[in-house]
Amino acid sequence: MFKNYSWDWGVFLQPVSTGEPTNYLGWLLAGFYNTVVLALSASLIAFAVGVVMGVLRTTPNRWLAALGTTYVGIFRNIPVIVQLFAWYFVLPELLPTSMGTWFKQLPASTQMMTSAVLCLGLYMGARVCELIRSGIETLPKGQRSAALALGLTLPQAYRYVLLPVAFRVAIPPLTSEMINVFKNSAVASTIGLLELSAQAQQLVDYTAHPYESFAAATAVYISINVIVVLIMRQVEVSVHLPGYIGGKS
Amino acid sequence: MIEINNVSKQYGAFHVLTDCSTKVAKGEVVVVCGPSGSGKSTLIKTINGLEPINKGDIRVNGTSVCSPKTNLSQLRSKVGMVFQNFELFPHLSIIENLTIAQIKVLGRKRNEADDKGRTYLDRVGLKEQAAKYPAQLSGGQQQRAAIARALCMDPICMLFDEPTSALDPEMVNEVLDVMVQLAREGTTMMCVTHEMGFARKVADRVIFMDAGRIIEDTSKAEFFGNIEARTDRAKQFLSRILQH
Repeated sequence: MFKNYSWDWGVFLQPVSTGEPTNYLGWLLAGFYNTVVLALSASLIAFAVGVVMGVLRTTPNRWLAALGTTYVGIFRNIPVIVQLFAWYFVLPELLPTSMGTWFKQLPASTQMMTSAVLCLGLYMGARVCELIRSGIETLPKGQRSAALALGLTLPQAYRYVLLPVAFRVAIPPLTSEMINVFKNSAVASTIGLLELSAQAQQLVDYTAHPYESFAAATAVYISINVIVVLIMRQVEVSVHLPGYIGGKS
Repeated sequence: MIEINNVSKQYGAFHVLTDCSTKVAKGEVVVVCGPSGSGKSTLIKTINGLEPINKGDIRVNGTSVCSPKTNLSQLRSKVGMVFQNFELFPHLSIIENLTIAQIKVLGRKRNEADDKGRTYLDRVGLKEQAAKYPAQLSGGQQQRAAIARALCMDPICMLFDEPTSALDPEMVNEVLDVMVQLAREGTTMMCVTHEMGFARKVADRVIFMDAGRIIEDTSKAEFFGNIEARTDRAKQFLSRILQH
């Protein structure tokens, strides 16, 4: 395959030519580590914000619902890369001077990671919001009525009756969102964060073996996603309700 | 116990309820019947505030349902409601369905709530099903569990919104038996139902509704016995349903 190209899988074990005490595989692993930290941190923010906004969008209060709708409108409709540039280049300028200065004095990688986590977190949050909203809306209206009729307050109804079932309904699309956030983490390379795809690019620059580098990066991304799917499948099985939604009794 | 005074409700131009007034005294069993779309379910849902009203007032045990000062959650915990589609919570076992509101609303301890739950499950004949999940039960069993769930809150009255309409004919009787038993024990009940046999057995009064208005509100004996004195619309209804 690819005449005139000499494949060398051993390139990963070669020490890097910058003089750092690591090999190219080490660089890839460092990138992998950043990808995982970025994606998981963003997911935490996304779940926290997304659930709150999803709930707000289903409340009878028009103002709260509008808040949720506005949030989704902003963060779902602007391309991720544009949002990322806004967080990294624009937001530090908009902060009060003391905070802005403090932020810019942080190590560059911390600044990049923070911007990327906030960006991906809120972007994914908008999508999680819609999932949770849909999950709640698939429930029969009588569920809310029955919960309220027993004397549960609306927050209690959400917490004990509506959300537990909405979450279960939302697990398959949430799996897709988890996969998406790992893939979207690559966009952080545009602001200089050395996550996996950026490191793969570094490898190409330093080793002139692009096929091996990108093959390795691709393999890692696929493996991450397979693990995510396996974990979510386990979650789905463990919270499965006997006899509900077409499952086994 | 329950007072409905000049209640009206509309969605835009559509009048769901127009000037409805009635009372239910303690221990009374009132059956509400009428054609589809007559507003019977809406009326019963206004009693515990699940449906807001545009005009009029509703009082449960003297407390106004519509007043902003009323603690609606507290009021609702005292008014038991049973729904047409059972509405058990699918992610909780039957016994958990019965205890959740006791613990979270009434503040009972888990053991106390559990004991009460099992007592009522036994009363409705579902002692063996406590650990099962709603989807594993038949419709009749689910509805009996739903009745037990409402009873666990020690309500002062019970509202039934077409409790047997979603059931197989074979299961209708097992649920009606539970309701008849409740009526005979002196529970204040207001039932929207098409089961005229049930009405004849235990109702004290029958309310007939059509197009959002209460057309008839008389004793059972009058409603079924003195058909000549009834309004035309009620006569028409009775002649059709009593043919079965």
